[in-house]
Amino acid sequence: MSWVQDLVKPRARDWEELYRRRHQHDRVVRSTHGVNCTGGCSWNVHVKEGVVAFETQARDYPLLEGVPPYEPRGCQRGACFSSYLYSPLRVKYPYLRGALVDAWRAAKAKHPDPVDAWASMVGDPEIRRSWQKVRGKGGFRRASWDEALEIVAASTIHTVKTYGPDRVIGFSPIPAMSMLSFAGGSRYMQLLGGVNLSFYDWYCDLPNASPQVWGEQTDVAETADWFNSKYIVAMGSNPDVTRTPSAHFLHEARQDGTKLVVLSPDLSATSKHADWWIPAHAGQDGALWMAVNHVILREFHVDQPVPYFQQYLRRFSDAPFLVELEEKNGVFAAGRLLRAASLARSAKEENGDFKFAVWDRTADAPRIPLGSLGHRWQSKKGEWNLQMKDGIDGAEIDPALSLLDGHEDVKLVETIDFAGERRIARGVPVRYVDTDHGRVAVATIYDLLLAQFGVGRDLRGESPASYDDADAPFTPAWQEKFTGIDRADVIRLAREWAGTAARTEGKCSILIGAGVNHWYHADLTYRAGITALLLCGCVGKNGGGLNHYVGQEKLAPVAPWATLAGALDWARPPRFQNTPSFHYVHSDQWRYERTADESQLNPTADAAPFTHGHTIDHQIRAVRCGWLPFFPQFDRSSLEVVRDARAAGAKTNEEIVAWAVKQLVEGKLRFAVEDPDAEASWPRVWMIWRGNALSSSAKGHEYFLRHYLGTDDSSIAPETAKESVKEVVWRDPPKGKLDLVVDMNFRMDTSALFSDVVLPAATFYEKDDLNTTDLHTYIHPLQAAVQPCWESKSDWDSFEALAEKVSQLARVHLPDPILDLVAVPLQHDTPAEMAQRELADWKKGECAPVPGKTMPGLVVVERDYANIFQRFVSFGPAARASGVGAHGLSWPIEDVYDQMAKEGPSETWGGKRYPSVARAKDAANLILRLAPETNGEMAWRAFHAEEKKVGLPLADLAEHTRGVRTTFDDIGRQPRRLLTSPCWTGIINDGRPYAPYVLNVERLVPWRTLTGRQHLYLDHPGYLAYGEALPTYKPRPSPSVVQDLTVTPQDGKSIRLNFLTPHGKWNIHSTYGDLERMLTLSRGCHPLWMNDVDADSAGIADNDWVEAINDHGVVVTRACVSARIPRGLAFQYHAPERTVGVPRSPTRGGKRGGVHNSLFRVRLKPTLMLGGYGQISYAFNYWGPTGNNRDAFVLVRKLDGAPRW
Amino acid sequence: MDVRAQIASVFHLDKCIGCHTCSVVCKNLWTNREGAEHMWWNNVEARPGLGYPRRWEDQEKWSGGWEKDGDDGVKLKAGGRLGMLSRIFHNPALPTIDDYYEPWTYQYKDLFDAPLGDTSPTARPVSRLTGKPIDVKSGPNWDDDLAGSKEHAAKDPGLDALTATERAALLATERMTYFHLPRTCNHCANPACVAACPSGAIYKRGEDGLVVSNPEACRGWRLCVSSCPYKKVFFNHATGKSEKCIGCYPRIESGEAPACFASCVGRIRFQGVVLYDATRLAELASRPEHDLVAAARDLLLDPESPEVQAAARASGVSDAVIDAAKRSPTYSFVKRWNLALPLHPEFRTLPMVFYVPPLLPFVSEKEDGITRTADGLFATLESSRVPLKYIAALFSAGNEAEAAAPYRKLLAIRLWRRAETVGDVSRDEVARAFIAADLTQDDAAAIHELTTFSRLEDRVVLPPGTRAEALEEWDGAQGGIGFARAGA
Repeated sequence: MSWVQDLVKPRARDWEELYRRRHQHDRVVRSTHGVNCTGGCSWNVHVKEGVVAFETQARDYPLLEGVPPYEPRGCQRGACFSSYLYSPLRVKYPYLRGALVDAWRAAKAKHPDPVDAWASMVGDPEIRRSWQKVRGKGGFRRASWDEALEIVAASTIHTVKTYGPDRVIGFSPIPAMSMLSFAGGSRYMQLLGGVNLSFYDWYCDLPNASPQVWGEQTDVAETADWFNSKYIVAMGSNPDVTRTPSAHFLHEARQDGTKLVVLSPDLSATSKHADWWIPAHAGQDGALWMAVNHVILREFHVDQPVPYFQQYLRRFSDAPFLVELEEKNGVFAAGRLLRAASLARSAKEENGDFKFAVWDRTADAPRIPLGSLGHRWQSKKGEWNLQMKDGIDGAEIDPALSLLDGHEDVKLVETIDFAGERRIARGVPVRYVDTDHGRVAVATIYDLLLAQFGVGRDLRGESPASYDDADAPFTPAWQEKFTGIDRADVIRLAREWAGTAARTEGKCSILIGAGVNHWYHADLTYRAGITALLLCGCVGKNGGGLNHYVGQEKLAPVAPWATLAGALDWARPPRFQNTPSFHYVHSDQWRYERTADESQLNPTADAAPFTHGHTIDHQIRAVRCGWLPFFPQFDRSSLEVVRDARAAGAKTNEEIVAWAVKQLVEGKLRFAVEDPDAEASWPRVWMIWRGNALSSSAKGHEYFLRHYLGTDDSSIAPETAKESVKEVVWRDPPKGKLDLVVDMNFRMDTSALFSDVVLPAATFYEKDDLNTTDLHTYIHPLQAAVQPCWESKSDWDSFEALAEKVSQLARVHLPDPILDLVAVPLQHDTPAEMAQRELADWKKGECAPVPGKTMPGLVVVERDYANIFQRFVSFGPAARASGVGAHGLSWPIEDVYDQMAKEGPSETWGGKRYPSVARAKDAANLILRLAPETNGEMAWRAFHAEEKKVGLPLADLAEHTRGVRTTFDDIGRQPRRLLTSPCWTGIINDGRPYAPYVLNVERLVPWRTLTGRQHLYLDHPGYLAYGEALPTYKPRPSPSVVQDLTVTPQDGKSIRLNFLTPHGKWNIHSTYGDLERMLTLSRGCHPLWMNDVDADSAGIADNDWVEAINDHGVVVTRACVSARIPRGLAFQYHAPERTVGVPRSPTRGGKRGGVHNSLFRVRLKPTLMLGGYGQISYAFNYWGPTGNNRDAFVLVRKLDGAPRW
Repeated sequence: MDVRAQIASVFHLDKCIGCHTCSVVCKNLWTNREGAEHMWWNNVEARPGLGYPRRWEDQEKWSGGWEKDGDDGVKLKAGGRLGMLSRIFHNPALPTIDDYYEPWTYQYKDLFDAPLGDTSPTARPVSRLTGKPIDVKSGPNWDDDLAGSKEHAAKDPGLDALTATERAALLATERMTYFHLPRTCNHCANPACVAACPSGAIYKRGEDGLVVSNPEACRGWRLCVSSCPYKKVFFNHATGKSEKCIGCYPRIESGEAPACFASCVGRIRFQGVVLYDATRLAELASRPEHDLVAAARDLLLDPESPEVQAAARASGVSDAVIDAAKRSPTYSFVKRWNLALPLHPEFRTLPMVFYVPPLLPFVSEKEDGITRTADGLFATLESSRVPLKYIAALFSAGNEAEAAAPYRKLLAIRLWRRAETVGDVSRDEVARAFIAADLTQDDAAAIHELTTFSRLEDRVVLPPGTRAEALEEWDGAQGGIGFARAGA
């Protein structure tokens, strides 16, 4: 082996310089990837010879204590981001749709004024159709920024003048990842009076159970805290693939003795990394958790109660609260919570309808503990805390979890077996209480829960004989028929779970992802799992809790950011729209839905009129009653309403509002949602930035194409709503509601391809911005490693340029300040969440129409179109006056505001000086200065404000970090750890990992719910009617109910499959998935995964071209056949584009195959539309129905012949 | 003794999430250019699977690596140098582009330039080699996530060691096996590529043992490509030269971990210097198959031994390198803990990348549509889906006892940590597991610390750079760094 010689001699190795020179670079700039992906990974961007050559992960996150380090963060997708910069996919210049350019230039030749020109174009139906019908079909023309902006500004001014500002809508998702890029657009929209569309609920990322249980949008542990968990159940979640930079914590926890259990129908990347893979059937996790809870309650609460579990429930949940039982035909049903107002002793309490009773074992009587919603909003501050003290005399309360000891009676209480379609009466111990409506039997929620789960205690009624009783919900044997999982496994899971929690005081967690959250009954599945956490004291503990990482993610410096992004420094309230309602209504997906089937989607407990009716009618009621927002607001311009009111003699704002209410009551003014297909109700101009609104974000994509864009589509679904709708006006289907679609984008994705105006956007390596996430607790920047390439601009600068153009045109068309009337729903974290104790509809005469109480609030706001640009770049005086805040908490900033205006950068106009936010970096510094998470003084002030409300010491948490300051340059040098802040619920001092609700459990700050505790029970009349007051199980809607295949013929060799779209490995939504690198590492396309036996039955081989079709549309792609996919399912990983390698569809007229969203039509769940009641109240991205789409079915078959391009 | 320093690595497969960040970062840095499109110096394979290039392990086809030659010698499997030279112009053991994949891109510009048509434009896939539309039928990671399991995973050469029944079970839901195998150049102690090169273009660097190929000396014979049993030498079709992983020496020399190590987001990669005695290579490489894992361990010298240190100094290894060797994670994994195994030791190249084998979940049973899983808090080796025979075919030349040993340690450590942190595992059970695994408390603690809490500087312990000595050759070299030198 003499030839294996080591070579040392340098001269012989001179060539080695070759690779050294490649590696050498000139500059390293810290940035990250700022939309879609919520990883929050800090990257070093290596610039060589003025070109971004490559990127590597930063590894300098400050260390936490007791957990593995965060380094490195960043995955295979982020690692190829730089290839976007110089890719032929890059949008380098403004582009305009050819037909639009022709029409515009012709109009401009006749009408020199741009607004007049636009009016002439959209005023002529022929001309308007000319660019609508060719949307998406090529024919782009390069244009100048000036011309493109002029078109956008002219259409905007025309729309504001003609239809009202709320016909201009904007969509951009997930601000946390590049919060200024989001804020630039939203600030512009809100200064205009336009509408920002939500995303978290639309994406089905919002777990409605979080508001239901915790009164919180979402709050989760940072991923390092996974390491502290000793039992982790991942469900609907594939963190090895979708949480790439955090997955190591799972496997490091495993090395540390943690058991990892994965609930997943397929052998996912994470399943194979688990100790225990439980292949429960898709969408049936809820049934499994219900049975787990049955075992936990039986063994760890009734047979051998664990003191820690019981004490936890008593203090931190609503389990000890009393519920009135209501008799119906000899059987009782759980009803409303017992309220202070109903009891003689507390009848005079302020907000007595929103203070609730427990049974005090000391007094042997009902008592009203502190911390409820009524205490939160009462005039006397300092009683909103979780001390178990009576609100009247301050005495300590010893609440009974169960009334079994000393019960006066046992009542048969009805529970509903929705799967078995029967009612079961189970005995519940009760006490009697004298109330203002007579003597009533009351039970604790805990006792009702035991009855609900069928955990018998030798009381009357029917309870399962054993775990093996397969007919009785919710036994381990019962769940087998839904999950396909053996009862013994479920019993083992329950025992291991509760056993671990008992030994560790709550270090069990659920890691949950989009795999669960997209089902119609996802909220019930979540509540089933959350119940297992609450029963074992796992929430508010490091290592415990529900870790939901889907979408949204945490915008840490939320208070000042929200002010800036909503332009609240100039006017409030903003127009924030829940997108599921918006698209369901405006893209006319409601027209394809039928009532009869909807009640099967969501079986009810109570065949009350309340639960009847078509979803569109539920939606209309929700708007009318102030539960949900809806824009456009009215069947005419909101500016016109004010004009008319004044013409009718209204002088003050109050008189304007009163006039509008009268018009509404008399039916002279109508909500646009009641007649959405009337021309006056259409949205007109749509601005899209940072997102893919027409494709990966367009559930019911083909309906978007038809009704919004007016171009070709592939839906063949019949319109079926006509016979069953009552309140909505039925018209001929409008095609092409939108006058103009504008997309700011760095890549030519499907949304750009279908837009009228495409503006070149700077990428994440070409702009300054801020990035935070809930996956970790650092803040770090995006920075310009190179200047915006070609003609691209950052989103902040683009909207600033547009604002300038709009201001110019407004000086002619809308020169003076003008009043606007804004409708705002009853909002969470405001006293309006006490507005509606009972369901009452003013339209039906059930109550008086009172804005902000029984109907939406109506607020008069001043717009100043000529000064939109000036307002955009100046941090306005309303922020100085109102302070900044979040979640119902605010603190003063006058001194800091003045200091910022003085020190500069500043803007001076109209004789006043303002802090400047003209540059994104200035806005970043302003946020860092005003946020408690980055400025110790602000944290200290915020905690002081919180102390006043809570009445317990809290500011000590901010004392030793009061001197901390952070600037944009600081985080450019190294990511900074956030500070503990009352805007959030963790305590993260001294390197402690963030876990949610620690502040609630350790410092007795209430949850923002009715009782101030975590809610197992929802006593809203709507939830009672639907049978969802307690955690329960409702069966998945069947294929016949969801109507995806009513007219699609099952010809040839095809197979019917449930179509699922989990998050994939080679893309972050649609980003990266169109890049050569990711497509090379996968299969060159976004294939349809299916089981090998299923594929055989349809004559499909691996890599064959296939069509997946249903009534809504078609996907053409290749099959990826694998035994790791269970039978009956088809996966297409979210989210493909039409733009990359998609052939035409022979079955749908040779049109281009669609995207995954082509196969969906959204279905809104009416229980999620309720509002005006405690935590069941609207806030942007916090509450409302989700755009769920997982219960969809398709036919899959081999493509006829060779693919046609 | 002829003591040499070698940079050697460990990949902890129980932590590997199969994300390919390593591959992408490597690609961006080194092979993102014409002629190198098909090259993935670092790749990650889904197992069971075909690998990249397809069925690279099948040496019946490729004749890579070494085979025993008598009792204490080895010879290149492809034959002697003369024999190989005679096949230079016709080498059937050379992979074709189809064994890799035909690289492709998309006609993105059509999205901008397409004239108004009857439907929306789409960017068609086109070959990177011909520029013509391509029907994509393979890629460098084609069977990832068990894609096409029946056609691809089933043809994994490693499954040949199994019976038909065992093979079928591995691909059925209840026992299905799946894990990731990242691969780079092994920078072997006994590299076949170096031995096979007729031009002397490939060599091991004296200071760190990295195997590099000098394009100036390369004549494009490609015998390195065929003789590397791991198929980690590639042919650049634009330059006509061979290329391979360079161990990121420009980074190592500057004290920075190789890109694939620094970027490993699963934190599975460990690297350090080991010392070995070059005079023992032939003997160790020719051991019987069942003894090859032991041979790999035997190669590594104890850096704490005074004799080894003295011999190392005598061979020109500096104190600083010896010091780095003492702190080497690789030495600990392979020799101190017996936790990491070589990939295909039967290729007899003495690879310098070692693998901690992956745990897998419990097996299940299914009856009448109801799935039931084996009992227990943690799976044992026997109750888990770990296919020991297959693992042994990969990492121990079929020696199942060697393949099982690391598993017993991984499991024992988890039991110990569970007992410590939760307490539902008894001390007795932990003690029994430690004995069965031949594990001491100190080693368990050290393994736990390194595999759980380590920072990059703990995972990658580089030898000190030696560039200053190299620069002595040129007067005033400091100011010339980065400039092309004459002749360079």
